[in-house]
Amino acid sequence: MPERPGLRESVERIRSGNFSSRELAENCLRRIEALNGKLNAFAHWDADAAKADIQDGPLAGAPYALKDNLCREGTLTTCASKILEGWISPYSGGAAARLDEAGARYLGKTNMDEFAMGSSTEYSVYGPTKNPWDSSRSAGGSSGGSAAAVASEMVPLALGTDTGGSIRQPAAFCGVVGIKPTYGRVSRSGLVAFASSLDQIGTLTRDVGDAALALESLMGQDPLDATSLGEAIPALQPELDRGVKGLKFGIPAEDQWMQLDAGPARVFQDSVDALREAGAEPVEIALPHAQHSVAAYYLIATAEASSNLARYDGLRFGPRREAETLEELLLANRSQGFGAEVKRRILLGTFALSAGYVEAYYQRAQKTRTLIRNDFQKAFETVDFMVIPTTPTAAFHLGEKSDDPLSMYLSDIYTLPASLAGLPAASVPCGLDAGLPLGTQIWAKTLDEAMLIRAAASLERAFPFGEIRRAALASLVEAS
Amino acid sequence: MSLPSGWEMVIGLEVHAQIHTRSKIFCACPTGFGGEANSRTCPVCLGMPGALPVLNRRVLEMTALLGLALGSRVALRSQLARKNYFYPDLPKGYQISQYDQPLCEGGAVEIPFEGGRRKIALTRIHIEEDAGKNIHLDGRSLVDLNRCGTALAEIVSEPDMRSPDEAREYLGRLRQLLLWLGISDGNMEEGSLRCDANVSVRHVGDTELGQRTELKNLNSFRAVAAALAFEAERQVAVLESGGKVEKVTLLWDAHEKRSRPLRGKEESKDYRYFPEPDLLPAGLSEGELSTLVAGLPASPLDRLDSLMENHDLDFYEADILTRERAMVDFFELLAEACGDSKAASRWMLGELARQLNDRVQNIEDLKLRPDSLAELIVLERDGKLSGLAAKSVLEKMLEEGGSANEWMERLDLAQLSDAGELANLVKSVLEANPKEVERYRGGRKKLFGFFVGEIMSATKGKADPKEVGRLLREGLDA
Repeated sequence: MPERPGLRESVERIRSGNFSSRELAENCLRRIEALNGKLNAFAHWDADAAKADIQDGPLAGAPYALKDNLCREGTLTTCASKILEGWISPYSGGAAARLDEAGARYLGKTNMDEFAMGSSTEYSVYGPTKNPWDSSRSAGGSSGGSAAAVASEMVPLALGTDTGGSIRQPAAFCGVVGIKPTYGRVSRSGLVAFASSLDQIGTLTRDVGDAALALESLMGQDPLDATSLGEAIPALQPELDRGVKGLKFGIPAEDQWMQLDAGPARVFQDSVDALREAGAEPVEIALPHAQHSVAAYYLIATAEASSNLARYDGLRFGPRREAETLEELLLANRSQGFGAEVKRRILLGTFALSAGYVEAYYQRAQKTRTLIRNDFQKAFETVDFMVIPTTPTAAFHLGEKSDDPLSMYLSDIYTLPASLAGLPAASVPCGLDAGLPLGTQIWAKTLDEAMLIRAAASLERAFPFGEIRRAALASLVEAS
Repeated sequence: MSLPSGWEMVIGLEVHAQIHTRSKIFCACPTGFGGEANSRTCPVCLGMPGALPVLNRRVLEMTALLGLALGSRVALRSQLARKNYFYPDLPKGYQISQYDQPLCEGGAVEIPFEGGRRKIALTRIHIEEDAGKNIHLDGRSLVDLNRCGTALAEIVSEPDMRSPDEAREYLGRLRQLLLWLGISDGNMEEGSLRCDANVSVRHVGDTELGQRTELKNLNSFRAVAAALAFEAERQVAVLESGGKVEKVTLLWDAHEKRSRPLRGKEESKDYRYFPEPDLLPAGLSEGELSTLVAGLPASPLDRLDSLMENHDLDFYEADILTRERAMVDFFELLAEACGDSKAASRWMLGELARQLNDRVQNIEDLKLRPDSLAELIVLERDGKLSGLAAKSVLEKMLEEGGSANEWMERLDLAQLSDAGELANLVKSVLEANPKEVERYRGGRKKLFGFFVGEIMSATKGKADPKEVGRLLREGLDA
């Protein structure tokens, strides 16, 4: 069986000469070619990616994938949308540039919900991504392609973007580790904007250690992103073995927005128990405004999106339709170029910003966001980190929610508060419910990725999920 | 222009000034006028997916400087905002501008007149990015985004002006200050200074404002005055015939000398402003502001007052000399060096201005230094150079530099004013022309000019005309 080690192991073995980086890339490409027809995790990839040999840098030769909304010079970047069909980015964004500089090897781009708007990777011009655990189920979204690619060992590292949970939720559905650092830690330059004040690039990896290694290269200020932060980047790998003994962690107080079925409730309780056994003390924390997260998020995110997506007029990118007047041209390009969910959100956001409504919707949502932020500030006076389930349920069936947007939106409830507050957050696979993975989220305070990694690693030690995943996905392994 | 009696106009102006920075407001692309279409562009100003704006701090500094010079309150924290609308020359589908938290609020443009100043109050000054240009060719529309992302300051006045002339004067004084501070080149032809106006009319004595209309495309001082006069007269005509002025936006057509309404659809625009999430709040620290205040040069109007007070110039002279900072700086050095403010002013407003105008040159590009001109003025005053010769020397100094004395020597223009030498010359001219002397003495007094001409041609124009006249009269009338 060809070897497809995780990120850290790949780098170590390439460096020690045990393994050539080309060989590893070839293995990954073979895996993509063998499995993508079944999973549809990759939107497109570079079949020639294995040609050069890469030896240097902290990520020397390790293959990576980008979500299809991340620009890398000379690569197709479509956001899984018809409106960007054929668009090749003329520049590299900060994240791709940093990975390239660290010696990582770009393989291709992963599938996603169009413009990252969705929680199932069903709203894609490439068709839905299938969950490797059960191909009748969603891989989650919008970074579903990245999560499925990592879970199925097509690639040891895939970047995703998280606006309201789009890294963490697919990570939970696919049984991998997903981390969204603090808003501003990773440059958004080259991230095709959905909701600028919420969008954040992060990692999908097989384990927490791989994430720590990748994030050390990925994080850091970028002069091309005015919202990127200048604070020093902590060393993350030393945090992996520190444990949580003596720390306090918060559990959101039982509330109407925190209602779980028996299976997910049991898995979450196991996570809490494991952290307690590791020596940390649970504290119940009130987040009185978190229940308004869905409303606040879907107003702010759509308002920003309605503006961010205005540039897709068909004049400069993507296919252009014929029309008589400018207005007809814009109308034709945008009506035919965008999918239904994107249009829905543009309409909602345009409405939320319209004269006469902006106070009641957009501005009120911003005030709510501030209140949620304040809730967290208060919470982190008492605790070192918080835990909460990543999703209310395990992966749902494809088609189950795609025609019911509201129920799709509501399933984001557990990931949205950290997005609105800009906090670093991780989802770590922590158990199975009816044979499907579930994740537990960790939230740390702003800029405290060190604590995030420390707590995530402790949780991971209690649930060595890698073995479970390998066993469960053995049939996929045989397929290549 | 004249409105029928009993009516008055109320005018407010919105002026867009391109801020003279080397790079654009949100990217590193160079600024400039013209050039190959779309050559000064990058992913940011082209609105490429994923590209982000980063604010050029120089734009903040220069706009704050303008605000300080105009007495505005400069915010320590202002907010960029998105103004959303579709247009082909606006690649992002929104313009990054400012909305409810502009960089500067309040202040005034001051218009000087003999004996005082009139203040036109300002509402605000904010920063924003310029759009590109649409070019319509052979039934096709092309877009040039070179200008896209050039920094603009939008200066919004209160409805404080009452006549087209006053509006024109306001715009002139604002432009003067922009140039004075080096903030903008103020070139209306190239579009680096653009003006829109809000105008309404009402009965004299009314305190309520009438319904206003907006005039766009006022691209010269003449257009501002003409468009405002045209529009006010139109509004009065509408009202006097019992009609109602509609809230419309009008485009001024400088060729037809009339305004035309924009299509109705442009009217009810909802720009859906919201804070620009890609940029942090923008402001200068108190330290940076006090540095700017400390570096603020004396205003043109203060310099004007000082010229009247300390150099005994009249308002007209002082006003012209303070149109440009380099001009008044030159003047003050010149006046000091030659010790004669009146002569300095006469030279600068007369011969120097004429020659600069002929050469299409600015005072700051001159090879001529104030002390060289002072030297020239003194030579003329002391009778060493004739007025004519002095002009020739100035021309040489403007062309090639050098000192007045040098050129006087080189061109052999030193005036002959030695009494003995001139007396001999007069004597020999009279001796050489006995018939003319006779006729002169017989009553043909007009021949006096003939003798002067003879002496001048004998001396190549260098003879001191006053001395020549005195000596001739002596010789002829004796």
